[in-house]
Amino acid sequence: MITIDPYAGERLKLSPFYIREKELNIRDAWSAWNGYKFADYYYDAEYEYFCIRNQCGTYDICPMQKYAIQGPDAAAMLNRMVTRDVDKIGTNRVGYAVWCTDEGRIIDDGTIFKLADDRFMLTCGSPCTAWLRKSAFGFNNLDITDVTDEIAALSLQGPTSCAVLKKMGLTGIETAKPFDVMHFPFHDDTLMVSRTGFTGDLGYELWINSGRALTMWDELYDAGADYGIQPYGETATDMARLEAGFIMPYMDFNEALKTVHFEHDQTPFELGLGWLVDFEKPHFSGRRALLKEQQTGPKWRLVKLDIEGNWPAIEAIMYNDEECSEEIGYVTSAMWSPAVKSNIALAMIKSEFIDGELWAEIYRAKELRQYRRMARCSKSTKPFWTHTRARSTPPADY
Amino acid sequence: MPTFDAIIIGAGHNGLVCAAYLAKSGMKTLVVEGAQYPGGLAQTREFHPDFHASVAHTISHFSSKIIRDLRLQKHGYKKPNEFLPTIGMGENSEHVFISDEVTGCISDKDADNYKSYEKRMRRLAKALAPFWSETMPRVGNNNASELITFAKLGLKLRLLGKDDMHEFLRIASLPIRDLLDEHFESELLKASLSWDSLIGSKIAPRSPNSAVLTLLYRMAEQSRGRHIIPASGSKQLIDSLCKAVTSAGAEVRCSAEVDKILVNGNREGLRTTGIRLTNGETISADHIISAVDPKQTFLHLVGVDYLDIGFTNRIGRLRSDGYVAKLHLALDGMPEFTGLDKAAGRLIIAPTMDSIEFAFDEAKYGNYTEHPVMEIVIPSIYNHSLAPDGKHVLSAHVMYMPHNLKGGWTTEAHAIATQNALKTITKYAPNIPDKILGYEFLSPTDLEREFHVTGGHWHHADIAMDQMLMMRPTYEAAQYRTPIPGLYLCGAGCHPGGDITGLAGHNAAQEILK
Amino acid sequence: MSQYDAIVIGAGHNGLTNAAYLAKAGLNVVVIEKNDYIGGAAVTRELYEGWKYSNCSYVCSMMRQALHRDLNLSRHGLILVPYLGTINFGDGDERLFSYHDEQAAYLELKRHSPHDADAMNRFQADLTRYSQFIRKTLLRTPPEPTSFRPRDIMEFLFLAKQLWRLGEREIYEYIRFFTMSAADFLDDYFENDLIKAAMASPGIIGTALGVYSPGSSYILLHHVMGDVDGNIGAWGLARGGMGAISSALANALQEYGGEILTNSGVEKIIVDGRKATGVVLDNGDQISARIVVSNLDAKRTFTQIIDREDLPDSIYERASNFKIRGSSGKVNIALSGLPKFTHVPENRYINRGGQGFTGSMETMERAYDCWKRGNWSDDPFVESVIPSAWDPTVAPPGQHWMSNFVQYCPPTLADGCWTPEKRDAFGEAVIKKIERYSPDFRDLILHMEVRTPHEIEEEIGLTEGNIFQGELTIDQLFFNRPFPGYGQYRMPVENLYMCGSSTHPGGGVSAACGANAAREILLDLKCRNTVPKDDFYDE
Repeated sequence: MITIDPYAGERLKLSPFYIREKELNIRDAWSAWNGYKFADYYYDAEYEYFCIRNQCGTYDICPMQKYAIQGPDAAAMLNRMVTRDVDKIGTNRVGYAVWCTDEGRIIDDGTIFKLADDRFMLTCGSPCTAWLRKSAFGFNNLDITDVTDEIAALSLQGPTSCAVLKKMGLTGIETAKPFDVMHFPFHDDTLMVSRTGFTGDLGYELWINSGRALTMWDELYDAGADYGIQPYGETATDMARLEAGFIMPYMDFNEALKTVHFEHDQTPFELGLGWLVDFEKPHFSGRRALLKEQQTGPKWRLVKLDIEGNWPAIEAIMYNDEECSEEIGYVTSAMWSPAVKSNIALAMIKSEFIDGELWAEIYRAKELRQYRRMARCSKSTKPFWTHTRARSTPPADY
Repeated sequence: MPTFDAIIIGAGHNGLVCAAYLAKSGMKTLVVEGAQYPGGLAQTREFHPDFHASVAHTISHFSSKIIRDLRLQKHGYKKPNEFLPTIGMGENSEHVFISDEVTGCISDKDADNYKSYEKRMRRLAKALAPFWSETMPRVGNNNASELITFAKLGLKLRLLGKDDMHEFLRIASLPIRDLLDEHFESELLKASLSWDSLIGSKIAPRSPNSAVLTLLYRMAEQSRGRHIIPASGSKQLIDSLCKAVTSAGAEVRCSAEVDKILVNGNREGLRTTGIRLTNGETISADHIISAVDPKQTFLHLVGVDYLDIGFTNRIGRLRSDGYVAKLHLALDGMPEFTGLDKAAGRLIIAPTMDSIEFAFDEAKYGNYTEHPVMEIVIPSIYNHSLAPDGKHVLSAHVMYMPHNLKGGWTTEAHAIATQNALKTITKYAPNIPDKILGYEFLSPTDLEREFHVTGGHWHHADIAMDQMLMMRPTYEAAQYRTPIPGLYLCGAGCHPGGDITGLAGHNAAQEILK
Repeated sequence: MSQYDAIVIGAGHNGLTNAAYLAKAGLNVVVIEKNDYIGGAAVTRELYEGWKYSNCSYVCSMMRQALHRDLNLSRHGLILVPYLGTINFGDGDERLFSYHDEQAAYLELKRHSPHDADAMNRFQADLTRYSQFIRKTLLRTPPEPTSFRPRDIMEFLFLAKQLWRLGEREIYEYIRFFTMSAADFLDDYFENDLIKAAMASPGIIGTALGVYSPGSSYILLHHVMGDVDGNIGAWGLARGGMGAISSALANALQEYGGEILTNSGVEKIIVDGRKATGVVLDNGDQISARIVVSNLDAKRTFTQIIDREDLPDSIYERASNFKIRGSSGKVNIALSGLPKFTHVPENRYINRGGQGFTGSMETMERAYDCWKRGNWSDDPFVESVIPSAWDPTVAPPGQHWMSNFVQYCPPTLADGCWTPEKRDAFGEAVIKKIERYSPDFRDLILHMEVRTPHEIEEEIGLTEGNIFQGELTIDQLFFNRPFPGYGQYRMPVENLYMCGSSTHPGGGVSAACGANAAREILLDLKCRNTVPKDDFYDE
């Protein structure tokens, strides 16, 4: 069990795609995610971002946690753990889900792949091993395996992504609806493709046994050569996901089990994920607390903001008027959106101020000198950026 | 499908007490018991042809309020006039006798100190007494009326005077060894006095944080912790409780083992609807009250599907491994203990506090000691129905025998443990081996199997500061209500804890009737 | 006969701190010390030329930075350097490296248990939360529970408010944590025995409890609630040895006009009409003062240097019953080179942190079982650090000194008192233990100093050699420390105060006891308060 290499702790793990990525990462811009060496960007973040919106790009999601959950009790265990009804997810479908503490605070979010009635894959951004073990306590017919290292995964996002996969030989991929999972034979193995992603754009995620990772990469890049395929890193992902209005752990929410301060974590209602909480389900962990919250209303709300001017409201404090009479919240993520040419942000606002004026206090340095500006914000209910291609099946060739 | 207002699972004394209160208030009540007879660990069974014994061999602080409320004396319970003295058995045939005063092989100083020690402990026990028979409030929920309980406790302590309050705040968490070292010289006396603060839980004389509160709990009643054996034994108490239950119109059904507590879930959430027996029969009721230990109740009878994950794991982590084994000997005549006229009392074989501590040391690692410590009574002296004329029963609580024995309680392990216990007794009563007609040794695993109690633990869960008061068995279930509407707890796994007191059953009934 | 405003008995770090704050308020203060050197247990001595042992305490994390800054200790020569990483040695070949870097720490834990690597996040968050609460009380005087004075009631309300802020669930968790054993507490989080053992080891240091004893999880917290520059749980070395802390404090004291008198043991505190008026030194000299502050432990103060007749009833008994149990030993070893350990990379970073010869939970507990029986264990728990790997001033270039803290070591042995032979046998047990992990360790040894509780008591005057000046159990913590009713630094004799680790918040080189006592004394003497409030990185 314990590897003998005494240096193991000091070296970052390498993704199965690392050999290819290293060639492409001209700037050597690496950081770490879940103990894996991981690219912030390869050449230029903004260039990579436009690959997502204009052609297609690949994002290495090998470091993402992947758990295989199987056995007769798998569905019951998941159903008690997450707030949505897992029974309503069809076979070969994917469902976005959150799971909460007994107090209804979000532990993490992730996706559940239903591969058979008794076989699931759960993915999430950071390890959830301890909570899964707690969740499984009391269920006897169940096996949970961390398959993060065994399954290589690559996200392919962008308007030409479907065309690339077709060219790669994945016949019928165009029939996959959003959140569908399809399986394709691949060199004596199976390539699993799900129509999922974290960019709000047309896109797919490819899942393959680690041993075949490089073959898959090569075939994908061969197929994508004429469709502008490029790797993209964390920075571009963060831009695309914010435009799509997706939340990110450690940016827009904290994992409840890892916060030090009381209520520095969030509930699904606070994050606008009430739609994931299925009270038709008689029981799930945190249901009583969430039902109470649904009745009294959440204390905070995460809102999408369109902010006047062009100063990104990074780490801004929110006020109820231009004079800063009362602090009413804080910005969690902010940027200038290249796609919609607006100044966008996500912010947590105290519920009682949600319908009043919203002002962000923004600081910005110009040539080492700090400037401050109060910017009026308006709430946006829709994602900042959407495109019909993200939802239409079959997707047109873009 | 028959319908009741309340079903109580388990006819141990707490279940019966709870049932009696509910039935008295007009609820249509049913008690179901898996075993053949009611009484749980206090039932009296035949362990050898014509020889009977009860795991709980004495009664010490059964609530007098319950005796009054339920008119148990009318139903046949008779408190004997005499308390059993506690007799500390020295290794060289010297003895200390503890009753209202201490006599025997001790210094005058110890005898004097005992008086002041006992007085102070009694004052503290009395101040705390009301809180054992009351529901503990939840903290942190800003409910003023419940917080009054804490204010009352604070005031009560303050009213004892500065000295006693200071002393209470200091000794409440003190290892019993330190407390007794401060007062006494005689090791034998100290070991004997420490006994009641330790037995039943996984603690030893040097363990902080649990012993003194346990002792004060045991001293809460008028009996001040002294033990009795009613004329027909623990059975008398159980019989009178059963009578109280049935005369109030409720039913006690034995040999009816519960398989599941039925929970109905819909959009409104969960609610218990009834129970299903192992024979497949279902019985419905508005209230299901479990006198069974919390682990079995939640993890098996309810099932984890209906519980929150954090809650389930806290129940799973309850420390509920028993460390006390039970030895019953069928004897051909009265055993003779060297230097003791008559074995009339509670004999403590633990010559020093370290002998207890060192016996415990082995148990920490999942072994049992070669030199066990024990409490012995000869119940047949008081209750002649236990053995044929002229013959006797010896009943002993033997410590520390871990439930989680390394390698398990195999036949061999069982035999060695029994031999160790017998060898120890023989040191003090050399003629015993010749008199043994039959015996029974119940390891915690045997107790678990025979009496359906997790870990074979007397108290259903260790009485320890982190499993006490509003944290017993865990917050969210410490006020007898559980996270599932309609389901209540009333067993020793709730506040105030184990022993034959009936208080958990009493308190639970008060909550249900609220 | 000389006359002072205040006499502080004992030039340990708390005594010096206390005196410095009194002097800062303009009082005429003298600190008297029986040894010819100052520092008490925060001391560096050059027993061999070129080798500066921190003979007793060896690392520092609890030092209140508000005091450090306020007394200008840096200007007086103190610099605390955090050291990175620790190696924990299992019973067999397992090694657990604790890295400062988050990703490295995660991967290393994952090597042992993926479950525990994840659980560690929660463990750290919970411990941080618990310590944040406790830290708030360190530079405050505990309220008296029987008192109805507004000040005590306000203090209780303050604490209640801090507790309430944790939320309902956390209040329960907090109470549980406070009363559990380290083993039970850790079982809530971890599955791997070596990880548990490594995390549990702070729970036994300095205490006569084992990892299975209820209450040991608080002691665990007591050791991790310190910080170095906001890194909670980090430990630092004082450049030049722990004596640098004492000498910086002494410099601060002298700059404020205070005096230090060494080679002056106190024979007796003079009590006149229930008031302390001065002291008699062992050379017969008398010094009188308005107040007397004892930095000695509670037992020593009330059973050895005050006449029993001068004390109110029961104080002598309380002091005799004060739990101050010697349980630790210390072996300082001079080495001709940096030791190499088996199954450890020869990596200049990880080899320069600490070493925990931890073994397993059971090994630690069995060592405690030996202590209970009046023996030391042949397989002791040893916590080591090689300060010279970080600090060029404490050993000759290329050579090193290794500080080995040993738990457990009884104050008296089952077969009688300590003798030099038994002391050396104890040292040998420690070398043997280290040798198991470093086969050529013995060859590196140049000389060594073995200190059992007997030596610690003889030299520093800590009763039974207890490093905390009294057990850190609930019955002796907070308002119960040292005795119920005397938790506010004022003692049963008028004008007599205590300022040592026998008072709240207890042991460790925190200087908090001395500062808190000074605040109370200045209040009584109606002087301006000179003691700063604590500051926190995170409110």
